[in-house]
Amino acid sequence: MNTLAETPSASATPRRTPRQLAAIGVIALFSLFLMAIPVYSMNSGDAYVLTIASRILAYALAAIGLNIVLGYGGMVSMGHAMYIGLGAYTVVLMHAVGVDSGWLQLLAMGLAVGVIAIVVGWISLRTQGIAFIMITLAFAQLFFFVFVSLKAYGGDEGMTLQQASDFGALTGNRTALYCALLACVGAALYGTYRMAGSRFGLVLRATRINERRVKAVGIPTLPYRLAAYVISAWVCALAGFFLANLTGFVSPAYLAWSVSGELIVMVVLGGVGTVVGPLVGALALLLFEEALKGWTEYWMMILGPLIVLMVLVFRRGLWGLLSAPHSDSDNAAEETP
Amino acid sequence: MTLLLSLRGLVKRYGALVVTDAVDLDIAAGEIHAVIGPNGAGKTSLINQISGETRSDSGRVLLNGEDVTDWPVHARARAGLGRSFQITSIIPEFTVLENVLLPVQAVRGHNFRFWRAATATAELVDAADRFLSLVGLLGVRERSAGVLSYGQQRQLELAMALALAPKVLLLDEPMAGLGPRETHQMVELLHGLRRDYAMLLVEHDMQAVFKLADRLSVLVYGKVVFCGSAAEVRDSSIVREAYLGDEEIPA
Repeated sequence: MNTLAETPSASATPRRTPRQLAAIGVIALFSLFLMAIPVYSMNSGDAYVLTIASRILAYALAAIGLNIVLGYGGMVSMGHAMYIGLGAYTVVLMHAVGVDSGWLQLLAMGLAVGVIAIVVGWISLRTQGIAFIMITLAFAQLFFFVFVSLKAYGGDEGMTLQQASDFGALTGNRTALYCALLACVGAALYGTYRMAGSRFGLVLRATRINERRVKAVGIPTLPYRLAAYVISAWVCALAGFFLANLTGFVSPAYLAWSVSGELIVMVVLGGVGTVVGPLVGALALLLFEEALKGWTEYWMMILGPLIVLMVLVFRRGLWGLLSAPHSDSDNAAEETP
Repeated sequence: MTLLLSLRGLVKRYGALVVTDAVDLDIAAGEIHAVIGPNGAGKTSLINQISGETRSDSGRVLLNGEDVTDWPVHARARAGLGRSFQITSIIPEFTVLENVLLPVQAVRGHNFRFWRAATATAELVDAADRFLSLVGLLGVRERSAGVLSYGQQRQLELAMALALAPKVLLLDEPMAGLGPRETHQMVELLHGLRRDYAMLLVEHDMQAVFKLADRLSVLVYGKVVFCGSAAEVRDSSIVREAYLGDEEIPA
């Protein structure tokens, strides 16, 4: 986890290993590719590509958010779809009370999700392991049924947005939305990278590995785990806010437990606790899904085993192939009796 | 003499099994107090009760005169209880430096600093380096803690306890698993620290214990059967019977 590619370090040597160079090269290629998509879309008039890419980026953003608790904090939340849903429904609910300004909607979303995440997190974090998985799932299901019961907002069928979030001249502009998403993904990745090496990140990562030790050196762990939980909830809610504006549609399906599961698959597939892993995982999963869907209607029968195979072969995720040759604990196992 | 750590009638029961039986114990500033006793005597249980990991059924723990009996682990640690674990408890995935940064950070208040790399914060790194050089690990500070030798991991364990700037060190078998040379180093190291910290030393290595301890408590079935100076313990017939048996006691 503490390879130079993953955390900023005082001792960042100018000499980089070939693997690190490869990682940097791949990141550069990725960035170029993602930046080229709106250019291609505008020139060719192919809006479909832009929509697909936007959707992938939105889920990547959510996966990056989940990675903060799952990868760095070691908390397996099976309920993060709930924050995607809360972010998406913010657009509808704020429109209903007459607020269409995107900035005000984001502000309200931040406040509401912050409060909900603090309460849900504070309760859930009293448990660990399986119990934590179940309780986060339970909260997500609770909110799922709350939105199903909201008949005025389409109930279980959801509803079309009457008004996209108002961002002045950019309102409803697909290219602008894509660029904003790309900027948010970039910012979230860089933020994760900084966070991982910060004082906060050190405590959070240590808590994942040996909570008992962290307490014994005088650090209470709950506040830091809770803070990580709230931050990750915000990132997921932001992804939901983008999704609502992207699809022009909200429904309880955003909060389905299967979405939480898919987020976990993205993180694990890409590389748990690596900065870029969730983005790679989201790209891989959703691109495969698109490709297989176009090929056969039984795509799930192929995708499922494929995921199992990839997770088995690449234990540290797809990005793990590039980020570090061995994990430190592997070395430890080899060298200490 | 100021008492830094006092235990008063500490009790812990698991059902009918009494693992700590009304233990009284005092440690003054600059004193090394060893707790010896056969396996299963309740030595580690006692340390866990002092550090706060295990809740006591009755009795009080006083740290520097303050009653900390109801405090959680992290609060006791911040108040001056540093501990090392019997089974090495470090963060193997972290570098040696990052391991020591954790207690160094803890001493400097909250850790809601999200941006600046901890390893690039000179104030933190300098403080951590002081403790690393104290235990002789400065040369390997950039290595993963998990790849250190076992002896070095024990030293890191100690550095982490020291970096907390404790008043009292709880040392749970710091020599466990060390070779003769490493044991000697550890004894020298602890000897050099004795002026600055009061220590509660749980240890099986009798030679080390008699070299370091000012006073000893002999724990048998959770009960302190004898408490006295090293010389008194060596001459005590109760101790011989209860614990040392016919073993030759090193002079």
